[in-house]
Amino acid sequence: MLLNIKDLHVSIDGKEILKGCNLGVNNGEVHAIMGPNGTGKSTLAAAITGREGYDITSGEIIYKGQDISELSPDIRANEGIFLSFQYPVEIPGVSITNFMRTAINAQREYRGEQPIAAGEFLKKMEEKKKLVDIQSKLTNRSVNEGFSGGEKKKNEIFQMAMLEPTFAVLDETDSGLDIDALKVVANGVNALRSENNAFVVITHYQRLLDYIVPDFVHVMYDGKIVKSGGKGLANELEEKGYDWIKEHVQNG
Amino acid sequence: MSDNKNKIFPLETSLKNSYMDKTKPLNHAKSGSNAIEHKKVTNSRLNGYNIFDKTGLPTPVIEQWRSTNITKDYKENYLIGDNKPKFDKQINEIFHCSVHGFDTNVFALLNGWYYSTPDKVLQTLDNGIIVGSLAVAQQKYPDLFDDYYNEIARPDSHGFNAINAAIFTDGLFIYVPDNVKSDKAVQLIKMVNRDDNIMINTRNLIILGENSRLSFLHCDDSINQHKGLLATNTEIFLKKDAQLDLYKLQNLNNNTTLVNSTFVKQDANSNLNVNVLTFNGGIIRNEFTIDLTEEGANADISGMYLMDDKQHVDNQVKVIHSAPNCTSSELFKGVLDDHASGVFNGYIYVARDAQQTMAFQKNANILMTSTASIDTMPFLEIYADDVKCSHGATVGQLDNDALFYLMQRGIKESDAKLLLMYAFVTEVTNKIGIDALRNSVDDMVKKRLRGDLSICDKCILQCSTPDLPVEFEIDMSKI
Repeated sequence: MLLNIKDLHVSIDGKEILKGCNLGVNNGEVHAIMGPNGTGKSTLAAAITGREGYDITSGEIIYKGQDISELSPDIRANEGIFLSFQYPVEIPGVSITNFMRTAINAQREYRGEQPIAAGEFLKKMEEKKKLVDIQSKLTNRSVNEGFSGGEKKKNEIFQMAMLEPTFAVLDETDSGLDIDALKVVANGVNALRSENNAFVVITHYQRLLDYIVPDFVHVMYDGKIVKSGGKGLANELEEKGYDWIKEHVQNG
Repeated sequence: MSDNKNKIFPLETSLKNSYMDKTKPLNHAKSGSNAIEHKKVTNSRLNGYNIFDKTGLPTPVIEQWRSTNITKDYKENYLIGDNKPKFDKQINEIFHCSVHGFDTNVFALLNGWYYSTPDKVLQTLDNGIIVGSLAVAQQKYPDLFDDYYNEIARPDSHGFNAINAAIFTDGLFIYVPDNVKSDKAVQLIKMVNRDDNIMINTRNLIILGENSRLSFLHCDDSINQHKGLLATNTEIFLKKDAQLDLYKLQNLNNNTTLVNSTFVKQDANSNLNVNVLTFNGGIIRNEFTIDLTEEGANADISGMYLMDDKQHVDNQVKVIHSAPNCTSSELFKGVLDDHASGVFNGYIYVARDAQQTMAFQKNANILMTSTASIDTMPFLEIYADDVKCSHGATVGQLDNDALFYLMQRGIKESDAKLLLMYAFVTEVTNKIGIDALRNSVDDMVKKRLRGDLSICDKCILQCSTPDLPVEFEIDMSKI
């Protein structure tokens, strides 16, 4: 199993958000996590990627057979974990090109490889820009500075394509996207799917899952995954709404 | 009486002793020159003595010196000024400065004196620009000294400026005739190679004629680790439609104090762009007094400082809008680490007649530790009613969201912090109009942030032939 989360409890400022979360993901799989606001979906993403301030009080995050809970975010990233941010951060003064070159070389250094050659890097940039339909001039601009909502999300998928992660979490990548941008983003993700990687897609809506078809759908409620199923579960949620889940939980 | 005695520190005593005999101005005594000084120069020396007699050196009791205390260094004995050095080595034997692709006319001051062979002490360059020793220029161009010397400097502003007027030794003189637009920058390198604790006072006079243009790079560097107190007064005149791009590069050892005052008078439609790049130094105080005297004048003053250890930087910028339809903007950004401290004092004055003034001011700081500090004081005094003025100051830490974002892409924490600090100051460094200089400054910023410059006691411009490679690359032009 690529990622195995066991009975994970996570607190922020002493308040417990994740209350015993379990999730297993194998290579080649796409999992969707759905659920109402404030149930812990983004907290799960933060715990997996090692964000500061998210205290793991008990449980384990086993990735490639190793508990990664104590590893710093950059080590986790270099081990192949990627997060497409719900709110990508603006970094004035750092162009996407330079950012990506720095990131790729950090990854290479971690693996004991030589820095990427300029020609190879530029070729890779061009190739991956096409994948998510990013305009050339955008990569010369500062990271996310003045980008539209759609541009920011495309930029996340572009970075994912550049860094070629083994395990990627897409945190509400569909929010703020119109249908055309949604298709572009979904096509980008689908092009990256392989037998050697896995995705967890966090979303409120079934709409994204029409384009990124998941193998499994999980419903999160009050810090736990309360129901799991196939693609059909997303449709059922769309029809019945989250109240159905609340009742389902309350009735045990 | 004994209390009073305790208040007189060695530097002040040394200074007062240095002009005990006012009939023998310091420079003549030191140089052994028989040259007759221009009357205005002599008069301003006497005036400087008189002011200094009364005021002494500034202490934190004075508002503008509240956060910059140089008195603690008064306790050291200083040699006041130095004899005129013989020209026995080429400039690049003392000090090697190389920036690839950046071709400048290089002039040097050594220990407070213009340093050249006798035939080059005052030259007219191919494009007509006159450059050379101020001490020599006063004899050769008395009319220009009649019109400009000591017209805008303010020896009464504080004791350092008073004593500078009194005892300065030499300095750089630049005259750009009307309509001369120079492609090649003039670079001034100020060097000190004395082993003693020494106070050096220099004075520059820069005159840009109508519709002329000059880029001037003013470098203050240490070439050893000895203690020094460097004081400079610079008077700059921009006639109608003239443009000056002034770059000040400051890379001094941690024992050196630099106090420099720049006075600018701008005529109609003249343009001033200033970029103060403070990389290193014990105590650095940059004062600017810029008077926009006629319509359409524009002053753009920006600065960047990267301080650590117990270093201190103090930028005092005063812009006076005397005429209508002038614009000014100030942008100062800095990173302060360890126990470093900083001051930014931005003062905008808009006279009653100066309608349609646009004046902007911004000071932004990142404090890397809880022991670093910044004292930022914007001050606006506006007497006209139809103006646009704004000011803003920020003090903060590195953005944790941005730090996590970078680390999530595999960049280790130390490099991510470096990248964010670098990015923070690019708003200032991107204003540098000369590509080769901007690229060099970019490299210097990276090296400084990596801590590589602190071991480098020579010119930071040598980064173009680095001993230590800059390992992380964020310069677009390099790929």
